[in-house]
Amino acid sequence: MAKGVWIVAEQRDGALRKISFELASTARKLADQLGEEVCAVLCGSGIEGIAGQLGKYGVDKVFVADNPALEPYTTDAHAMAVAKVVKENDPAILLLGASTQGKDLSGRLVGKFATGLATDCTDVKIADGKLLAIRPMYAGKCFGEIAISSFPQMATLRPNVFAAVENPKAGAVVKFDPALDAGQLKTKVLEIQKDTSGKVDLTEANIVVSGGRGMKGPEGYAILEELAAVLGATVGASRAAVDAGWRPQTDQVGQTGKIVSPNLYIACGISGAIQHLAGMSSSKFIVAINKDAEAPIFTKADYGVVDDLFKVVPEFAKECKKLLA
Amino acid sequence: MNIVACVKQVPDTEAQIKVKPDGSGIEEGGIKWVMNPYDEFGVEEALRLKEKNGGEVTIVCVGPARAMETIRTALAMGADKGIHISDPAFDGADAYTTASALAAAIKGIPHDIVFCGQRAIDDDSAQVGAVLAELLEIPQVTVVTKLEFAGNSVKVIRPIEGAQLLIECPFPCVVTAQKGLNEPRYASLPGIMKAKKKPVDVKDAGALGVSTDRKARVVRFVPPPARAAGKIICADDTPEGKAAELAKLLREEAKVI
Repeated sequence: MAKGVWIVAEQRDGALRKISFELASTARKLADQLGEEVCAVLCGSGIEGIAGQLGKYGVDKVFVADNPALEPYTTDAHAMAVAKVVKENDPAILLLGASTQGKDLSGRLVGKFATGLATDCTDVKIADGKLLAIRPMYAGKCFGEIAISSFPQMATLRPNVFAAVENPKAGAVVKFDPALDAGQLKTKVLEIQKDTSGKVDLTEANIVVSGGRGMKGPEGYAILEELAAVLGATVGASRAAVDAGWRPQTDQVGQTGKIVSPNLYIACGISGAIQHLAGMSSSKFIVAINKDAEAPIFTKADYGVVDDLFKVVPEFAKECKKLLA
Repeated sequence: MNIVACVKQVPDTEAQIKVKPDGSGIEEGGIKWVMNPYDEFGVEEALRLKEKNGGEVTIVCVGPARAMETIRTALAMGADKGIHISDPAFDGADAYTTASALAAAIKGIPHDIVFCGQRAIDDDSAQVGAVLAELLEIPQVTVVTKLEFAGNSVKVIRPIEGAQLLIECPFPCVVTAQKGLNEPRYASLPGIMKAKKKPVDVKDAGALGVSTDRKARVVRFVPPPARAAGKIICADDTPEGKAAELAKLLREEAKVI
């Protein structure tokens, strides 16, 4: 019988990613309710040394595949490695991050295990001994409670939503042979172009400062960039601003852009079209700055400022600078 | 080149989504149905490949009778023929079931490259492309913003957190399309007229020989958690006063800065 709560931990350049600790903590909670073990799978090259860190967040055992063909991440190699160790151990639950890597890998595993998966969950619990996953659908316009009738019951967790809580367990490292079949490694990463701006990705940012049509043009974003620099935030944009060519497409927040869940989302000159709200409603705190008091964004905002953003934002940046000094 | 583009019919992005009182699904009345925007990028890229390199574009769709409209839209854009997998048993299908149906249909036709949207904007599951690739036993590259045909393979750009990857993937393969890949064309009037005569093969689960069993099931749909009414900051009614008050609240009350 399938047993245990497993996670697929993520690392890049030899460092565990934050989502790995969020996964570990969440798995620990579920496993404690079931009275079962938490195991992690970690794949890469030269990564055995970092595996133990997962123990601090509640992982009992870390299955490590250390092989040059597992670095950098490719779907083929990682799917083969993870599928092998998961099949051999038959866990009840398998969690991954709803990161670019987790989403790429999880679908492949669904195919290999012929099982079900709940994507981009914002909550997971145990009900009657089974996983119950809660996730936004229609980009958050409604939520679904998902049950899975096959094993492993799979879910990907939205980054930044689940707390990473220290809860030390053994974190015992168990090496395994990923048994990679070189003939099946079809995709090749030819080049990795790193973003050198130092900017945190929107989906991982703690604070997002976003601008919409009210920014009036690309030059309007200068004040948002300044505010973002003070707060250590990442700048986002509404679809209207992206479609107008004011901001790159990678900055778009919304149903057809990125889904973000920062601690603080500051919407400037964004009216709050439903497709935008869909992309940011799971933010912990929302601030709206807009001169139109009737703008729908105010129905979602924890704090609203009805005024000219070109006057408020620079003042707000000054105030924040003072407070943070 | 044999190109396949998978499409899904979904509610328009502006649609209000209301949950049925019993939580069994969403109210479909009044919804405007459109081609999933990410699938449009896939169809457009398929057409561009065909126009440059020759070949044929087949549209494959799992969906109820109304989804035929979406297949016709893709044909009007310039695709050659369609396969409509239509069976009430597929209503509410999960990613595995949907991908199984698509795989069964695609296995029966030649395919060098299969396009899907990176996710559908209704269930947002973002899995079907990868599950399909696994079931077809071919490689995948997901969430692609640029594609270059390189003979027997494609070179693509895939953005990830804080970087962009240049990946080479040999044929046959599955590519899932992300916004930025291209600017989809509108169907022309002659295109729309021609589309009416293009062949669409309608198949049910029995004809494809696939199971309609779901592995993942939405046991209950619920409205999004309501957010408590927010505070409108008045302070002394000057921009400076409001800005100071906002900073103070974020620091002391919300504790987020």
